Amino acid sequence: MTKNSTAISLTSYLDQATEVKARFEKLKKREVILEVKNLTKIYKTNKGETIALKNVSFKTHKREFVCIIGPSGCGKSTLARILAGLESYSGGEVLLDGKLIEGPSRDRGMVFQGYTLFPWRTVKQNVMFGLEMNGMGVNQAGPEAELWLELVGLEKFGNSYPHELSGGMKQRVAIARALVNQPRILLMDEPFGALDAQTRAKMQAHLLEIWRNIDITIVFITHDLDEAIFLADRILVLKAHPGEVMELIEVPVPRPRHLNQNNSVEFLATKARLEALIHPHEELEKTEEPITQRMIRFVNVADNVE
Amino acid sequence: MKVRLFMTGWFNVRQELSKERCKIVGWASFLLPILVWCMVSYVPYVWHPEVLVEKVGDVDYFQEGMRIDKAIFQEELVNMQREGKQVPEGQPANPIYLPAPHEVAKAFYNAFTTAPAQKDGLWMHESLWKSIKVIFWGFLISSIFGVPLGIFCGTYSVIARLFEPFIEFFRYLPAPAFGALMVAILGIYDGPKIAIIVIGTFFQQVLVISNTTRKLDYSLIEAAMTLGTGKWQLLKNVVVPGVLPSLYLDMRILLGWAWTYLIVAELIGTSSGITLYITQQARYQHFENVYAAIFVIGFIGLSTDLILAWIGKSMFRWNKPANKE
Repeated sequence: MTKNSTAISLTSYLDQATEVKARFEKLKKREVILEVKNLTKIYKTNKGETIALKNVSFKTHKREFVCIIGPSGCGKSTLARILAGLESYSGGEVLLDGKLIEGPSRDRGMVFQGYTLFPWRTVKQNVMFGLEMNGMGVNQAGPEAELWLELVGLEKFGNSYPHELSGGMKQRVAIARALVNQPRILLMDEPFGALDAQTRAKMQAHLLEIWRNIDITIVFITHDLDEAIFLADRILVLKAHPGEVMELIEVPVPRPRHLNQNNSVEFLATKARLEALIHPHEELEKTEEPITQRMIRFVNVADNVE
Repeated sequence: MKVRLFMTGWFNVRQELSKERCKIVGWASFLLPILVWCMVSYVPYVWHPEVLVEKVGDVDYFQEGMRIDKAIFQEELVNMQREGKQVPEGQPANPIYLPAPHEVAKAFYNAFTTAPAQKDGLWMHESLWKSIKVIFWGFLISSIFGVPLGIFCGTYSVIARLFEPFIEFFRYLPAPAFGALMVAILGIYDGPKIAIIVIGTFFQQVLVISNTTRKLDYSLIEAAMTLGTGKWQLLKNVVVPGVLPSLYLDMRILLGWAWTYLIVAELIGTSSGITLYITQQARYQHFENVYAAIFVIGFIGLSTDLILAWIGKSMFRWNKPANKE
């Protein structure tokens, strides 16, 4: 691949190989699907007001894969919930296809961090749910649901109940359930957060595969830097207290992505930049209690493990 | 394969016992009380505070078959001995209100095989059937209104705020207190009895079910909303199916409560049903029949609950912790 040629020229995460640059130019020429303008969210509690989000603005283009990343308390989940219409906001605008969003709707599908399959419905019935709610008959919804189950590779589990599935399978059903409605965008709020590392890696690759094959724009919330770089076209980095946009990073890692790119120059440069943004050294000491150890030895002086 | 059991004790905190042990303990739960009852009844010197007189001797006020306090019997025995008269004879006995197990078993058998002693008397099963009908109608009427209202209260805050304060107040009013009122309104037959059961069940039912409904995982509702489910569709398609198994369990518990109101309810107006049977038998001191009737209520309660549990299990096969890992 082009790895050797780019390794020489790339020194910063801002440098892009020509094909990556061309891709981003093409992407930005696409229509804007989601536009967030000066979004502000203030929680009123007994102790006073907490600003969860402050003047957050960004645009997402059609079929883009955006990751939103930030330290805990940066309001990334709140942002996802506002986009889904599950939470109100205090100021600014959220526009989908140029129209203000009002409450939850089928044009913004969502996959949650927790498992939210309907336990009384079989896997297939879960996928059919959205179609039924939007007025499609069971006879029509059934084959449609099967098609999407096939897409996530669970066609054999159509008649199983959610409690019979593993965590990764449940999230695949949740993805199929959201996609069957053919939403304009798919919001994913740390969907793989509860999965083990291996399942997680498989799910990431699987998600990219789905994204490549269907007309969907994805907004993906995560706190995992590797996950964000692996998946995203662009990464929106938020800071905490209050939640503000720090930077919108264009990921220079070329597509299609593989796990073996994780040590590429582009990947590491991007990761270094994210680290610097999210875990700056001074910041850590200010906000978090450092772990202070006063070691007392409880074992024999001669009994060393290292 | 040999299974290594390392938690083999009987008293491990929150560990389920093996199947055989469950069975053993389950039987013991019934056998132990029966064993205690047998001990008290058949072992002569356990309790037995009275003496059943067999031969009166020369004691002028003794009668054959009479139960007399042990101390008094002893006193008279000594008296007679001192005066050189014929001494009374008797066996240690329990009071009449504690018949032995075999007597109750016999009464139980007789209740279904021999006609009632009184001409207008009812067979035990006829009395029971009357009671079951009262419970059925009471519980049905209560549920027709209580279940939907409870679900609405648990779903819509406005309905909960509107109804719950008053219901919360009303449920503290003892249902039997409405007895006289209900007789005045509904007459002396089954009407007021059913009404008491409705009053006793309904208010608890609304509160219990609204609480159960509120426990439904809110994220399921959120998920449904992002799939384009409308406000009114949520109730039918998410709330109701989601709470159904817990609601079913609530109903089983509430049905038990309805039975506890039965005895009071049946004393109102003209007494009837199993209560009439029990009070009549007690009046004639047929305590073995009283016990038999009380136990029958227990059997009916337990067996309906077991049947309902079994039905519930096959109805809600999906009901296992699904969204937890």
